[in-house]
Amino acid sequence: MQLKVNEKTWTVSSAPDTPLLYVLANELELHGPRFGCGLAQCGSCSVLVDGVEKRSCVTAVSAVAGKSITTLEGLPVWYAVTRRLSMVPSLHPVQQAMLDEQAPQCGYCYNGMMVKAAELLSKTPRPDDTQIRTAMNGHLCRCGTYPSIMRAIRRASELMAAPTEARR
Amino acid sequence: MSALARREFLKAGGAVVIGFALHDVLDAQTRGTVAGPPDARQIDTWLAIHADNTATVYVGFAELGQGASTALLQIAADELDLDMSQIKSVRLDTNVTPNQGGTYSSASIARGGPQVRTAAAEARLALLGMAAKQLGVPVENLSVAKGVVSAGTRRVTYGELIGDRRFELAFTGSAPIKKPSEYKVVGERVARKDLADKVKGTHAYMQHVRVDGMLHGRVVRPRGQRAYGVGARVTTVDETSIRDIPGARVIRRGDFLGVVAQNEWDAVRAARQLKAAWEPTSALPGSEKLYERMRSAKSGDEIVLERGNVSTALPLAAHLVSFHGRAPYQAHAPFGPNCAVADVKRDSALVMCSTQDVYATRRTLAALLKLQEKDVRVQYYEGSGTYGHSCYDDVAQAAAFMSQDVGRPVRVQFMRWDEHGWDNFGPAHVGEVRAAADASGKIVAYEYHGWQHGWSGTEASAQLTGASVSEFINAPAMGVQGVNRLTCGGQYAIANLKLVNHKLPVTEYLKAGWLRSPLDLSFAFVSEQAIDQLAFLLKIDPYEFRRRNIADDRWLGVLDAAAKAAKWTPKIASGKRDGKIVSGRGIGLGTHLQSWGGAVADVEVNVETGQVAIKRLYGALDAGLVVNPAIVESQIRGQLVQTASRLLHEEVTFDTAGVTSVDWRTYPILRFEECPEVTPIVVQQINERSLGAGEEVMAAAAAAIANAFFDATGARMEEFPFTRPRVLAALKR
Repeated sequence: MQLKVNEKTWTVSSAPDTPLLYVLANELELHGPRFGCGLAQCGSCSVLVDGVEKRSCVTAVSAVAGKSITTLEGLPVWYAVTRRLSMVPSLHPVQQAMLDEQAPQCGYCYNGMMVKAAELLSKTPRPDDTQIRTAMNGHLCRCGTYPSIMRAIRRASELMAAPTEARR
Repeated sequence: MSALARREFLKAGGAVVIGFALHDVLDAQTRGTVAGPPDARQIDTWLAIHADNTATVYVGFAELGQGASTALLQIAADELDLDMSQIKSVRLDTNVTPNQGGTYSSASIARGGPQVRTAAAEARLALLGMAAKQLGVPVENLSVAKGVVSAGTRRVTYGELIGDRRFELAFTGSAPIKKPSEYKVVGERVARKDLADKVKGTHAYMQHVRVDGMLHGRVVRPRGQRAYGVGARVTTVDETSIRDIPGARVIRRGDFLGVVAQNEWDAVRAARQLKAAWEPTSALPGSEKLYERMRSAKSGDEIVLERGNVSTALPLAAHLVSFHGRAPYQAHAPFGPNCAVADVKRDSALVMCSTQDVYATRRTLAALLKLQEKDVRVQYYEGSGTYGHSCYDDVAQAAAFMSQDVGRPVRVQFMRWDEHGWDNFGPAHVGEVRAAADASGKIVAYEYHGWQHGWSGTEASAQLTGASVSEFINAPAMGVQGVNRLTCGGQYAIANLKLVNHKLPVTEYLKAGWLRSPLDLSFAFVSEQAIDQLAFLLKIDPYEFRRRNIADDRWLGVLDAAAKAAKWTPKIASGKRDGKIVSGRGIGLGTHLQSWGGAVADVEVNVETGQVAIKRLYGALDAGLVVNPAIVESQIRGQLVQTASRLLHEEVTFDTAGVTSVDWRTYPILRFEECPEVTPIVVQQINERSLGAGEEVMAAAAAAIANAFFDATGARMEEFPFTRPRVLAALKR
């Protein structure tokens, strides 16, 4: 089976009903999507499938063959492709903002947080507080860093609105 | 470890040491050959200076996601006159890092800071001696910046002086350390060293570790633990039920049941599919009858603290408040279930896990595997935030048993229901307090009785293989398994005071362990509501009432800081419920074993539905000298949000057989939509000793929330979490 992940094509050998998470973590050895609950309750395993956030722990790998999968590692290249940038930035503005805000504590949930925030900002570039809370509500953070994540999303929104040159 | 095993280890670990320069690998290789702990009386145990003029500090504390590893490096950088870019630490490893005790009780900076600082000072003194000799000038004519020692225009770097050679110097602790006025890096808002990799997705958590030839394992247990003393007796296992899964096999040691498979998903499927049954049990009281059983059970009673004469002072006082409260079991519930990789050979073992104490884990593993301690190597890999004794030891033991049985490395990750269901929960609590004040508003007597059990000392994996259950014994000085003298009345100057512990047997209840600010939320919830009620009876503003009775300046400092940040205005709770949504504001004080916490909360209560919204939380913390205020502010924010979660939602539920809250649906936590605005306040004390900052404002926040509820509604919550039925019942009382 072939998978398109982070703008590259991979041939994988897992059984078709294997959840995408295990293929990404074990065959592709990616560190972004990670196991949290296996029940689609927490958002730890989130990836983008054709730009839409999906829980990879409950998505069979066969269901995403032929689609474009983006993991945390691929957010910068996905951003460059969707925004038609001439260069791939080292970090997606959401990642940059999380770093600028020093938002994470343990950081384990940040895979899902950043993937979901990137999806949100691609659809709603200037979300208000309620829109951020609603969009992010399906993602849990045990360390309680929600306030910092919300601040970082607002900052990322500003970074994305700034002229391209300023971003580099 | 043999040379071959070491090579295998390095190969296996290759994927996770990317980014380390060659000299570090060589250094780690030479350092890692002998079982630790390395000699704490040698400077070389604590730090190394490399030829490229950088330093490695060997720290015996785990980075638990709170940023303590960065703060410890700030201390070392300051004392060594190095830039933060020139200094790093290594992972905890029983063959490499010193034994500084476990990373709990907020100990990293409080206990680790002075050790790191004095070791760095002693190394610096030695380096200056070498530089003086080399440059031919007296030490007092030398100055240092960024590891470059200068005398006028002549200079030499630390790297040139000793690069990658050993100091061979005794650590006497006698070198003078810098005065607070000389600090350059300490007190600064330095960026955390681990966050760049965490946002990029390149950070290797424990859950990412893979080694060659490894199998994937999963434990098979009832979904939800039973009474600790009962365990889970296996009655039948049908190994043929997983026959169709390629390579899957059952691992069994007594009642310890697991499966291994080549592919992870196959292991998950096999664990789900394996037909197994356990002996029925009904040894637990069930959530509904828990407090009744705790209160009526025969307990081991001890007086924690007594002064004056409470029994004569209480009845004589002008105003008396009696308040009873209850608090549930709560779960660590780390966001990523715990994981471990074990490679157990005939005469040695390497275990990678997320323990808070690598040396304690090594000791237990060696006994369980029947190996010598020196032949067991334990390495720490950060998992997701653990906030205490979650299942990290349990999963390490499970991986070790499976590896020993199959003769190959085994990686075990708990499923969500394993972690939620088999946690060492923060124990439930029943508290009864009586507090009395004289007519002038002075608290004259205070008595607290607490019912709770202590911590379990045997992990489920060990217990299921046949190890006898035990109570966790800690140093009496820790005193965290019973009534806390700081949070139960210690905030105030009270002449007559008595604290009594009513200890229950853990074997008849659920497994338990330290959960962030152990029991303190429960103590403050009960105790601070009684104090608040006294203020109400006396018609004194609750902030002013606390000021009048405050124990010392440090408590006063956090009380004032929280009140100031919240722009507190004097008031007496009206208790009038006008309209559907009522709002209120509360204040509270509390801590863990050290430091001082003060908080203010703003809440809204929907009196028709019983829904409580925590709108704003202000948390002030005095933790002495705060090495990195930005990190501590982040810790305070996390503590406030977690406290809101624990007060509003978190409760382990169980029936008479076992635990029934086994995922995020049955054990909900706070989400984005309900998250309060939080304001952290660091009360910086540049000339005071650094103390814990990772858990010391939660008790105050719990108290403030409870008191805000009273301010809004005129009713006292006697139990948390504040579920709608409980709120509606309280409003009817």
